[in-house]
Amino acid sequence: MQAGDTILEELVCNIEVEIKNADGLHMRPAMQFVDIANQFDCDIAVSNDETEVDGKSIMQMSMLAATCGTKLKIKAEGSNSQQAIVALRELVEEKMFDEPPPEKNKGESKVGKRES
Amino acid sequence: MKFSDFICFKAIVSKLVSTDRDGVITELIEALAKSGKLGDTDYKKIAKAVIKRENEASTGMGKAVALPHVKVSSVKNTVAAVGISTAGIDFSSLDKQPVYLVILIISSVDNPDKHLQVMEYVFRYLQNEKFRKFLRQSESAAQIKELLQEADEDTL
Repeated sequence: MQAGDTILEELVCNIEVEIKNADGLHMRPAMQFVDIANQFDCDIAVSNDETEVDGKSIMQMSMLAATCGTKLKIKAEGSNSQQAIVALRELVEEKMFDEPPPEKNKGESKVGKRES
Repeated sequence: MKFSDFICFKAIVSKLVSTDRDGVITELIEALAKSGKLGDTDYKKIAKAVIKRENEASTGMGKAVALPHVKVSSVKNTVAAVGISTAGIDFSSLDKQPVYLVILIISSVDNPDKHLQVMEYVFRYLQNEKFRKFLRQSESAAQIKELLQEADEDTL
């Protein structure tokens, strides 16, 4: 492999992730995403089928309206793009933004309990 | 999705009396409660839940906008109130600047997808500088209602 190819491979990284927490990408998860994205120098673009937004902007990320089950494409371009993709995938799919996946027993969420 | 699907036009406060965050939240929730949009839950309880959420992480997104919100079980459909402040409110915003536009959103715990769709619609317009400017310059609830309806008809 030529040196040029290696650099290019490191520059652009793509991945598709699935939103797995029940409440989807609402404001708090979007903030977590933006916080991690901003730890990296590379550009991060996130898209659903319709729109592509800046993964470092909370307003734009909230515009994805990504519900549970939605698949998002993340594209990182620039230095440490690989690490950025790894960290973001972990947040979305492994940690699920520290939120629960869908439950059969609805209405048992924290706020529901607080209100009752 | 349209503003008219979730904004309670009777809960538009063109000149907020309160000048602090918690006061503004309570003022807007009271307006929603008076319009009969919050079911039989005590509105003070809902205000507490919104303030608790706000304390966890500010919904002051920058650009003079804040979107306090919470999901409750007594509300079946997403409802929202709009408030404009001339004094500016400290919302501990991301950009540390005062907030002049507040859209308070109450969603059902049973319908997180609807909540996301409402947020998407609100953000789409709040990103628009002209829309924010018009909203801030509105002097009456009627003017704000008209602006939101124009946005719905895409005639801004």
